[in-house]
Amino acid sequence: MPQIELENITRTFQLGDTTVRALSSVSVAINAGEYVAIMGPSGSGKSTMLNLLGLLDQPNNGHYRLEGRDVTTLTSDELAAVRRTRIGFVFQSFHLIPRLTSAENVAMPLMLAGVPPEIRRQRVNAALEKVGLANRAGHRPDELSGGQRQRIAIARAIIMEPAMLLADEPTGNLDRHTGQEVTELLEALNAAGTTLIVVTHDPDMGFRAHRRLMMEDGVMSDSQEQA
Amino acid sequence: MTPADTLGFAARTTTGSPLRSSLLVLAMSIGMAAVVVLTALGDGVRNYIIGQFVSLGTNLLIVTPGRNDTGGFQLGGLITPRDLTIEDAAALQHVAHVRCAAPVLTGYSEVAANGRLRETMIMGTTSGYLDIRHFSLSQGSFLPNEDWQRSRSVAVIGVTIADELFGKASPVGQTIRVGDNRLRVIGVLSPIGQGLGFKPDEQVIVPVATALAIFNTNSLLQILLETTDRETIETAKAGAEQIMRTRHGGELDVTLITQDAVLSAFDDILDTTTMVLVGIAAVSLMVAGILVMNVMLVSVTQRTAEIGLLKALGASNRDIINMFLTEATFLSFIGALTGLAIGYLGSWVIRMAWPAIPVYPSAWAVTSALAVALCSGLVFGVLPARRAAALDPVLALSGH
Repeated sequence: MPQIELENITRTFQLGDTTVRALSSVSVAINAGEYVAIMGPSGSGKSTMLNLLGLLDQPNNGHYRLEGRDVTTLTSDELAAVRRTRIGFVFQSFHLIPRLTSAENVAMPLMLAGVPPEIRRQRVNAALEKVGLANRAGHRPDELSGGQRQRIAIARAIIMEPAMLLADEPTGNLDRHTGQEVTELLEALNAAGTTLIVVTHDPDMGFRAHRRLMMEDGVMSDSQEQA
Repeated sequence: MTPADTLGFAARTTTGSPLRSSLLVLAMSIGMAAVVVLTALGDGVRNYIIGQFVSLGTNLLIVTPGRNDTGGFQLGGLITPRDLTIEDAAALQHVAHVRCAAPVLTGYSEVAANGRLRETMIMGTTSGYLDIRHFSLSQGSFLPNEDWQRSRSVAVIGVTIADELFGKASPVGQTIRVGDNRLRVIGVLSPIGQGLGFKPDEQVIVPVATALAIFNTNSLLQILLETTDRETIETAKAGAEQIMRTRHGGELDVTLITQDAVLSAFDDILDTTTMVLVGIAAVSLMVAGILVMNVMLVSVTQRTAEIGLLKALGASNRDIINMFLTEATFLSFIGALTGLAIGYLGSWVIRMAWPAIPVYPSAWAVTSALAVALCSGLVFGVLPARRAAALDPVLALSGH
């Protein structure tokens, strides 16, 4: 059974009096542990794709089965619970809460899940260790470099040990060298078993992935099927 | 999310934007302090005024010349009322249940001694006055119990006047001049403090006949009657009315006021005054509540991306609502506590400035103001919290 299974997913937006098809009958299956890049020019629907995969958005038509469970019919609180436990997000602009320290930012998903503080502390330390920033636990985001901020964000994404990591242009705001480091960190996590789905328009990053989903005007073509 | 974590997160958020939070706390604390101080002031003034009346004794009947009738025009209103005389007072002494009577006549005059001159209040009365007013003496003795018609040249003086005219020297046995009369000081009153409309520590008490001579009049200001106890006031009043009617040619041209009637009239007025003050203060609390809503709405707009992030991290709508409600309530609570402190401080300052007025914040005002502050935080936090929870995560994450 594939971990992610999209079946004829259609998502349309109403812009004034014209209807824009962001996704048009998209079907794809992704197995656990895969490393997938979603690529395409801006406006091609790749961000909509990621939002749907991350359960931040719902399709107008079609079915999305996550780990065998149809998630298109869930209530918003059920969706929140799935996001909390199964999905880790990494954003282009990091989205760290500026007034909280690194450790507190990383602990946010645990706090939302109601994990008691002492267990939280252990898991946060372990996650910070994993991204190599244990010595920055007490720093606030504005005291960290861009690469460090993204690594903190990754620590936050993996703290709940999710089934998949969804990364939206994770290196978009970083220079080439730090971008490389962040990519390697994400790939190391993937090598350890987490499904990694990256949205990028950087061809270099795209070609590192084991599988590419090319988006164009809401239609997807799969590198695996072409091969 | 556990309640403790929600509270911790809210506290962290408020300290994260100190200016915004402190302005909100300031607004709430001003409202709260206004309630505390204004109610304390209202209660204080009321207790002060009632205290003044109670110090006169609650079983007191006051006879004043003239008749104030509500209920229309009367022939009696046209004729000049007869004077209230010492003879009237003497007659009233024998009314059933009257324990003690004291004719009273007051006026202002120059008082001089040792080359020092003062303008002060002269009180003409008799020996019973000391008991009726619950005054006591620090030196010497009070007016002798003798024929009220006798205008003996003696005086009992208040402690302030004693200090001002004689300094540290004992005034007893000394001579003072009141108008053109030379009087011998026979006693000094103990300190009394505040009085209603005059300063009792500055008065000079002389025999009533002496006062009538000084002010060249035949009419008393009033006659004080003290009954044996509270229950007999009405009987005594009826008896006194009958005597006055007989003495004044069948016409009741005096007014008899009981202490209770005056007290309850004042009580009503002061109740209303306090309620008005509370109303004004409540408006400022309400304004503070609306300000909480306003600031929280701005906060939702400013933190759109953060709300989007929290949703992406798996916060439920209830979590988001709880976070914002807790923040609004937390700020209101801190504001209310600060306001409470300011209110108590303000009350203390008023007590220092006017020691006679017992300005103490009352428990009911403090608890209800706290409750109102908390509720306003909660009620006015609902709209912003709901708005935050209703945000679309995708749009919120992109900052829209």
